[in-house]
Amino acid sequence: MFRYYLKLGTLSIRANPMLSALMVAAIAVGIGACMTIFTVRHVMSGNPIESKNDQLYHVQVDNWNPDDPYDEPDGAPVQVTYVDAKALFDAGRAFRQTTSFKTSRVVQPDGEDARPYQEDARATTADFFPMFEVPFLYGAAWDRSSDETQDHVVVLSRELNEKLYGGEDSVGRTLMLNDAAYRVSGVLDTWNPVPKYYDVNNNPFEAPAQLFLPFSLAIASGFDNNGNTSCWKPIEEGSGREGFLASECIWIQMWVELQNASAKQDYMDFLNAYVEEQKLLGRFPRPLNNHLRTPEEWMKYNEVVDEDVDVLLGLAILFLVVCLLNTIGLLLAKAMRRAKDTSLRRALGASRAELFKQHVIEAGMIGVAGGALGVVMTWFGLRGIENIFIEYEFIQHLVRMDWSMVALAVVLAIASALGAALYPTWRTCNITPASHLRLQ
Amino acid sequence: MEFGPIWRAMMRNKGGYLLIALQIAVTMAVMVNAFAIMQERSKKMSRPSGIDDANTFSLVSVSFNPELDAKTLVQEDLDLLRGLPGVANAVETNSFPLRQGGWSEGLHREPGVGKSVSSSAIYFVDEHGLDTFALNLVDGQNFAPDQVSWDSDSPDFWPATVIVTQALAEDLFPEHEGSYVGKTFWFNDENPANIVGVVERMQAPWPTWTGIERSMLVPLRRESEFARYVIRTEPGYRDELMVQAEELLSGSNKDRIIRGLGSAEEARKLSYLGDAAMIKILSFIILLLTAITGLGIVGLASFSVARRTRQIGIRRALGATKPAIVRYFMLENFLVSSVGVIAGGVLAVGLNIVMVQAFALTPLAWYVIPVAMIVLWVVGQVAVAGPARRASGISPAIATRSI
Repeated sequence: MFRYYLKLGTLSIRANPMLSALMVAAIAVGIGACMTIFTVRHVMSGNPIESKNDQLYHVQVDNWNPDDPYDEPDGAPVQVTYVDAKALFDAGRAFRQTTSFKTSRVVQPDGEDARPYQEDARATTADFFPMFEVPFLYGAAWDRSSDETQDHVVVLSRELNEKLYGGEDSVGRTLMLNDAAYRVSGVLDTWNPVPKYYDVNNNPFEAPAQLFLPFSLAIASGFDNNGNTSCWKPIEEGSGREGFLASECIWIQMWVELQNASAKQDYMDFLNAYVEEQKLLGRFPRPLNNHLRTPEEWMKYNEVVDEDVDVLLGLAILFLVVCLLNTIGLLLAKAMRRAKDTSLRRALGASRAELFKQHVIEAGMIGVAGGALGVVMTWFGLRGIENIFIEYEFIQHLVRMDWSMVALAVVLAIASALGAALYPTWRTCNITPASHLRLQ
Repeated sequence: MEFGPIWRAMMRNKGGYLLIALQIAVTMAVMVNAFAIMQERSKKMSRPSGIDDANTFSLVSVSFNPELDAKTLVQEDLDLLRGLPGVANAVETNSFPLRQGGWSEGLHREPGVGKSVSSSAIYFVDEHGLDTFALNLVDGQNFAPDQVSWDSDSPDFWPATVIVTQALAEDLFPEHEGSYVGKTFWFNDENPANIVGVVERMQAPWPTWTGIERSMLVPLRRESEFARYVIRTEPGYRDELMVQAEELLSGSNKDRIIRGLGSAEEARKLSYLGDAAMIKILSFIILLLTAITGLGIVGLASFSVARRTRQIGIRRALGATKPAIVRYFMLENFLVSSVGVIAGGVLAVGLNIVMVQAFALTPLAWYVIPVAMIVLWVVGQVAVAGPARRASGISPAIATRSI
């Protein structure tokens, strides 16, 4: 019977080509609108380090103003001071730990007439790479010992290595940055986590740094912080760079890797003990307010997904609702128009269940067609979004459709079509045999 | 008129008509709320920045030679820039309105570091700042050259005089009447600041900040390897001067690079990229939605005409004129649309309340609702016109035929 119903469905769809096209188009447009926004949201709310989500923790300690919390009502600061970053890193109480900040360097390529240019850099520690599973194409990160000895070593992104050395293995070569010579210790493979979860304070949707250098070296050489710096307590007048490093200004991101729940508890105890000890020195005037947050919690806490996306998603869902109401109306009209055929079939012995099957199969066909066209519409929708945001270079990473989104689009389309078919089908099944066989 | 019979006929097939009415209602709810958001965004985008957007551009010098003296370099650069024909004025500063990156400070009415009473964006400038940004000084005066001081890169020192925006002055001293010149506030427990001038308007660098109108000029220059220049040109010279200025500075010193060349207009565009995108996406949604609903009405009306071919023929045979048939379908659609837009009005307000609570949007303006009602009535009438005309073309002879 299934094939027969498929045939009946095809005939019925062909009998009203305009109307069927309208139904398919309505479903496709509704699905396209929803899935376009949902795809963007899916990418923005993704967790690129899901596999280690229960081992990585962002560190927050509350060194803020006693009279004015960092974030109402009692949010702790989202970055740490240099004093705390150094103390917590040097204590080395986690399995792995990293402190980092966003900076930049001027790259001076070899050759007389090569023009120098500025690149984004991240000052960080050796553990950064294994913690965040950063892939290497050549070489490796610097040794942990370089974190202390302030060695002039650098890790390049794949892109920069391409630009500087034509993509060849550049490990061991010397690179001039701001008139200082660095040894290349490694070259990354393509690595572009979206969102940039390890530093969501400074735009979570931007390309990662092109250069990675030791944190200790950056501090000793006075590299500028290109990310956010927030202060609540004035820095001692005339104290210069030293005073800034000793201040209560926050500007460093700190992460630790803790392998299990008990390690996490131990680390939390350690943090609390550290803050209590600092309180004795007159720091940390606020109540104890330390947090260890997983990448997922951290991104939620910082509301990485733009609110506009949620507004649009809500409106897109209502848009789909309108498209479905449209489809229900059209299916109903069609069913009523076919009342005569239906009642004839009933009179000839078709049971309600059979009629139900027939109509559901027909609706399913419209759903499949709408879904397929909906995927195409989504693709166009995403190109549209990309085009609207053309000045924002990173947009291309936010409008990527993966197979899960394609599958969801088709499933949603079929479910929508079947849902839309319910009421018209019910009305059809209630047509009594032979009632419509009389003359009008 | 024929309201009675039309209404009674509709009541016999409630399901179908209810569906269209519901579709119109949801369409209206989405339309109205999308439009309210568009209005909010376009209002936000049209706020003046206070500076001469059309004739201002900026570039950055980053020196990579640690030996280079920042102070000398900045002075040389400024002399070069100010000497360029067509340049109205130039200044070295940390940011400019809508650049999306800058410096902000909490401010106090009394010395101390407790809870701040206000906050402000900070623009570090010399005495050319006021003129370069083309600000409208409404009270007091500009900095004298001897009020401008130099400091290291760290924010540990604040000069004693500032120029504030009207909005900042009002926020700092809400009770005060009359001139704000001479009033004093505090950066912290050690540094008081005396207001010497008030400008009408100068926006902060962050477009989404609620305090966007609060900013101040601070007569302080910071020694850094990093120097941002803002240049205002005579009208019409901006684009050629952008190229010239970059070449001039790149050539003048090989121990630094010039980057970040861009006009204030570009920065403004980038700042409001998300808002402009919202407007585009929402207007597209409104258009598409209206089209879908319109087409749906066409489809249903065609169906209904086809189904009632015989009745229409009978009516024609009994003496109904062509206009009477057209009128029937138009009126029928009007009734359905009316139910739809009334329900839509309620839905729209409900949805708006939900959205205002969930997303902190501004509530919609009342007149959007009647406008949307009229639009949807018109859309319905236009959509139904075609099928209605076709219905009126049905021959009375149809009545005499059986099936």
